[in-house]
Amino acid sequence: MTVLEVTHLSKAFGGLQAVADVSFTLAAGELLALIGPNGAGKSTCFNLLNGQLKPDSGTVRFEGRDITGLKPRQIWRLGIGRTFQITATFASMTVRENVQMALLSYHRQLAQFWRPASTFHREEADKLLAQVGMLDQADRACGVLAYGDLKRVELAVALANAPRLLLMDEPTAGMAPKERVELMALTREVVRQRNIAVLFTEHDMDVVFGHADRIIVLNRGRLIAQGRPEDVRADPRVQEIYLGAGGYA
Amino acid sequence: MDFVVAQFLTGLASASSLFLVASGLSIIFGVSRIVNFAHGSFYMLGAYLGWTFVTNLPYGHLGFWGGVLAATVAVGLIGVAIEIVLLRRIYAAPELFQLLATFGVVLVVQDLTLAIWGPQDLLGPRAPGLRGAVEILGQRFPRYELLLIVVGPVVLGLLWLLFHRTRWGTLVRAATQDREMVGALGVDQKLLFTSVFFLGACLAGLGGALQLPREPVTLAMDLSIIADAFVVVVVGGMGSIAGAYLAALLIAELQAFMLVAPPFTVLGIEIVLSKMTLIPSFIVMAVVLIVRPYGLLGRPMAHARAVTGMIEPVVRPAPRELKLVGLATLAVLLLAPLAAGDYGLIVLTEIVIFVLFAASLHFIMGPGGMVSFGHAAYFGLGAYGAALAVKHFAAPMSVALILAPLAAGLGGVLFGWFVVRLSGVYLAMLTLAFAQIVWSIAFQWVEVTGGDNGILGVWPAEWASNAYAFYYLALVLCVAGALLLRRIIYAPLGYALRAGRDSPLRAEAIGIPVARIQWAAFTCAALFAGLAGGLFAFSKGSVFPTYVSIPRSVDALMMVLLGGVQTISGPIVGAIVYAGLHEQLSRLTDYWRLILGLAIIVLVLAFPQGIAGAAQRWWYRGKGEVA
Repeated sequence: MTVLEVTHLSKAFGGLQAVADVSFTLAAGELLALIGPNGAGKSTCFNLLNGQLKPDSGTVRFEGRDITGLKPRQIWRLGIGRTFQITATFASMTVRENVQMALLSYHRQLAQFWRPASTFHREEADKLLAQVGMLDQADRACGVLAYGDLKRVELAVALANAPRLLLMDEPTAGMAPKERVELMALTREVVRQRNIAVLFTEHDMDVVFGHADRIIVLNRGRLIAQGRPEDVRADPRVQEIYLGAGGYA
Repeated sequence: MDFVVAQFLTGLASASSLFLVASGLSIIFGVSRIVNFAHGSFYMLGAYLGWTFVTNLPYGHLGFWGGVLAATVAVGLIGVAIEIVLLRRIYAAPELFQLLATFGVVLVVQDLTLAIWGPQDLLGPRAPGLRGAVEILGQRFPRYELLLIVVGPVVLGLLWLLFHRTRWGTLVRAATQDREMVGALGVDQKLLFTSVFFLGACLAGLGGALQLPREPVTLAMDLSIIADAFVVVVVGGMGSIAGAYLAALLIAELQAFMLVAPPFTVLGIEIVLSKMTLIPSFIVMAVVLIVRPYGLLGRPMAHARAVTGMIEPVVRPAPRELKLVGLATLAVLLLAPLAAGDYGLIVLTEIVIFVLFAASLHFIMGPGGMVSFGHAAYFGLGAYGAALAVKHFAAPMSVALILAPLAAGLGGVLFGWFVVRLSGVYLAMLTLAFAQIVWSIAFQWVEVTGGDNGILGVWPAEWASNAYAFYYLALVLCVAGALLLRRIIYAPLGYALRAGRDSPLRAEAIGIPVARIQWAAFTCAALFAGLAGGLFAFSKGSVFPTYVSIPRSVDALMMVLLGGVQTISGPIVGAIVYAGLHEQLSRLTDYWRLILGLAIIVLVLAFPQGIAGAAQRWWYRGKGEVA
């Protein structure tokens, strides 16, 4: 089943065509990696999908519904979760409260002003934290966590709205190699269980070729190759970008 | 037509005066990122010093212009002294504390000026050779105004040359864009900042001294010009000098034409624009900030720090010990009237009212991260709401006390809609502007509000007319209000508010409508401030425009900061300490502003996290935990 369908997506900043006529699809349960050298338009493409930017032309469809140009929070309500390249958590809350916050929003209980927030959805939050291996740190402040642990918390938060699609912007950026593999293995396990479609950008080629079901390659805003990892690896245009340009990876 | 030209010229002359002050403020902000509340004091000092020099020098061209120049340089040097002694120590402090410290300077300067020059208004001499008027298209127009018209553009031109044709100017412009980078390139930052401060203070001093032939020199010059100057700087774009001139022109012309606009009627209410000259500048500001959030010619700031500038600690439920302290405080407040005399009871009543006022400001400042510099607006709306209900509709106290928070809440809904669109310094300035709108209505709409004379005879109902009864009424309402606010902070609404403060990006990404939550919180804070204002009106039996004035807004800020923004019990501690201190000081000495100002400065230097914040850290350190 197609979860995400992107057609002829374009975005320019002044004279710079950051994303040009990009089209691809993503099926439920599939891990799709979006790669490309620096400045290829990965982040712009991502921000067009999550609502941070509005495209100049083209459409984004989620489960058949046109979501082009919707705001981030509207897109989230439809069932699309998201993690950030640089972790964004609520530093003045504990790990559990961060997840509870997302659950409160999901259950539309933000206007409640009497019952203490910490008593809402405790078990559900703990279940999510257990799934990402953070339950033992549930009472710690998010501000003092190690980076890898923050990434796990972000994953738990992203799962709170029971998403069918997860957008992960460089999920392993800033992590040690061993942590990267662990986080991707965890992500893979979680999304398999829940049959979630994942689109992620990534610089680490080991992570990409080790975990993606399919890869799409951007260069200068254009989609130049897509397919299974082994096909993309063998593609001469991809090799030229990555190896011809001085052995990037 | 002739008349339009004359009005236009008057506007141009006023624009020049406004520009001199605003450009100095803008230059200082551009480089040091300090919003200098004391800039109005520099302007006032320029006028007073100018008066002293000009009247003591022999009358003539040399005496007059020499005096103006001497005053300009003298104010510049005073600015340098303040920069070196105070501001240098707090460049790294949160913006809010810088603002407060410079407000401390305002208070100190006010009392020193009073001590040196006395309370009476001073009249300066006319400028030699520029007395009388010239005929322009059949209208008489003062010669001196013509000079002022020229001064603005000339100073603008000189500043442009200074900034674009000298090495120093290039450094200043570079520092305005990215001061860390300029520092990294090996430029002596201290000297640069001090010289910029000198220039900015000189401009304000010149602006003040040039006012001598136009208007009397008074002790109210500082705060009246600073609000206008803030508006000009914000409308023009922080740090943009050309923007400041454009904005000064826009606002001065608007005011000049409003002065002569004929009255008209809207919804049966006669609107006399000529009596509401203060309002348009603030409306211009509100509109500009909505359309161009960084001002007409401003650019987004390179790195906007959080206003409180600190990593917010985790909010945890109060430890049992703190709850006991809270209960003990409540018990003291309940029993205190037994020991307090009549005067003590009045002070106590004031304190409990301020506890609610401070708690309501803390609600948006702490969990909300929105620093309001005009929270007195809602206090005043509540007070005037109650007083007007009593005065014009003969409403009983119970009804008036319901109307008070409603009036303030309505104000919160209206102003809050604009406010939540901005953040940081711009948000603070906008709240100040809205407070000034309310103040100017209270001050200028004499038929309804009684203007400066206020509204008298706002007495409590029979059953609460006894001072003890009223104290307990205030205690019950204020404690209930503060506890309700506390409850909201721990509830999902308060958490959502905090989420929007901690990470707006993440909050939006999990479906939290940040602006809407902030709007609700702002309204809620206004509501409770209004209740405090209503109670205050009945406790005093009268309302005055001072309830809405800038110092009242700063009172609230002081209470919250004194207690500590990040602690929920902070505002309560702060209100008790501050209101008590204020009361004692004003009873002991005529120069309480001086002492209060110095106290503010010392507190900012000593307790950047507030009293309760420092106590909290000490407590958790004692228990070996990191909060």
